[in-house]
Amino acid sequence: MAILKRIGFWALVTLIVAQAVFPFYYAILTSLESGQAIFDVNYLPKVIDLSNYRDAFANGVFGKQILNSVFVATIVVVISLGLAVTASYALARIPFRGRGKLLLLILSVSMFPQIAVLSGLFTLVRGMGLFNSLWSLVFSYMIFTLPFTVWVLTTFMRKLPIEIEEAAIMDGASPLTIIRRVFLPLLWPAMVTTGLLAFIHAWNEFLFALTFMSTDTQRTVPVAIALISGASEFEIPWGSIMAASVIVTLPLVMLVLVFQRKIISGLTAGAVKG
Amino acid sequence: MSRKTGLITQRTRAAWMFLTPMLLVLAAVALYPLAQTIWFGFTDASLNDLDGAEWVGFRNYLEWFDYGNGQGEWDGLLVDERWWRAVWNTLKFAFVSVFFETLFGLIIALVLNAQFPGRAIVRTAVLVPWAIPTVVSAKMWGWMLHDQFGIINDMLMKVGLISAPIAWTATPETAMAAVMMVDIWKTTPFMALLILAGLQMIPGDIYEAAKLDGVNPVRVFRKVTLPLVMPALLVGVVFRGLDALRVFDIVYVLTPNTDATRVMSLFARENLFEYDRFAYGSAASTVLFLIVALITIGFIYATRMDLEGKEDR
Repeated sequence: MAILKRIGFWALVTLIVAQAVFPFYYAILTSLESGQAIFDVNYLPKVIDLSNYRDAFANGVFGKQILNSVFVATIVVVISLGLAVTASYALARIPFRGRGKLLLLILSVSMFPQIAVLSGLFTLVRGMGLFNSLWSLVFSYMIFTLPFTVWVLTTFMRKLPIEIEEAAIMDGASPLTIIRRVFLPLLWPAMVTTGLLAFIHAWNEFLFALTFMSTDTQRTVPVAIALISGASEFEIPWGSIMAASVIVTLPLVMLVLVFQRKIISGLTAGAVKG
Repeated sequence: MSRKTGLITQRTRAAWMFLTPMLLVLAAVALYPLAQTIWFGFTDASLNDLDGAEWVGFRNYLEWFDYGNGQGEWDGLLVDERWWRAVWNTLKFAFVSVFFETLFGLIIALVLNAQFPGRAIVRTAVLVPWAIPTVVSAKMWGWMLHDQFGIINDMLMKVGLISAPIAWTATPETAMAAVMMVDIWKTTPFMALLILAGLQMIPGDIYEAAKLDGVNPVRVFRKVTLPLVMPALLVGVVFRGLDALRVFDIVYVLTPNTDATRVMSLFARENLFEYDRFAYGSAASTVLFLIVALITIGFIYATRMDLEGKEDR
């Protein structure tokens, strides 16, 4: 009985790992095949052919698209952290009237369906002359990164004891000095976590990037991958699609491997407390 | 005393100074565009003439279209069969996906909560689907589900479950199932981690006590584990449910242009940018927003969320 239980448990563990990892493994496998080889179903690598990867970078557009994604995601993280640190300090550490309602408002913005603001944002982006500019994405991504960063940093700062800033307040230090001297050194782990999650979110965003960019060289990678197509349904270049997919996913998988504890704590922060 | 009130005023002023930039950005990027969208829903705006949009009342939602001979018919979003089909598709998608994500998430969380060698590796592996961009997941599965060269058909045929390849994404009967499958695969990790965090907050001595009393494990799960993990689980269900109602990427990439999987977001975007019915698409976006808003408000009231942070003090 005990043995059966053990076998069942390990079978379950194997199944969990296999279903999680197999699709990505298979994408790598396909990306290493080209020509007719792609159309034979293989479970193990037979050849290692890097031509799909060479082709992906051949005309330089894909490289530019990766840089676009890196640029947008990085600036989004920097701006939202910059705005969120001071704002969360106010929300977490200074009691003022209407604080709860304000937090509720911020939280509800993060529930906004992107499609609900799409037509309004479209006119705004066009009105500001940002259509087909990467800044339109930096601007519009604030709608999901900012509420999230503010929420997580506020939750984090609330947990710090009152004593840590008492002395500084008594010494007459200004709130800005208190943030810089007292909170920033304590805050950096939370900032790494939220920054990482905001980066991944911005890197993966699709709807705004699809709508606000109109030329190939301005697109970000998710849109670029979604729009790769062949002359007909029978000529879809699956090898190139998989190579591009592996290229944009590998950095994320690496980040997850390195920072998994931080990511898990960030994902569950606030939510579990609720 | 006066020094103290002075300090409070100073700090309150600082609080608003700190909040203003963030609130301005949120207003510009969320509230103003939302108001614009709602306004466009009541106009005759078209993609090429957004500035010339004029108020037309509820015409996009519902209008009596008179043939001129005393007869006529209702017209507008609220009587549009394609729209209601999209609403139904979205609800079906959200319900089924979240149900299975919760179920599988719970199973994975229970496994990860047990002590066994290699647990860290398993936890990392479980996170992989979460880290893969939605568009990439949809493409990967699109390839695996390919009717002629897909590995899923190959596996199922080798095992003998099906006798001929199935065109998963192209057949109306299976297209929705394919979309759900990708979503469940991609977001179960999130659910598992949330539930795992809830499980880890249950004190271990409860289990010790149950074990000493010789309580049957199934009973322990039903009477102890499930009630204690319920709050975390419910939060996950609501988060994922709201997310599923606005699904767009997976459907756009995996099964575009199929009535069987057209969801609300897709319907709205098609009208906005492809059919040149900007006003109509805005009206659809507004209704989607209302649905999500109602559910969110209901959730906040139902759980009486601790927004002031009183419990921490």
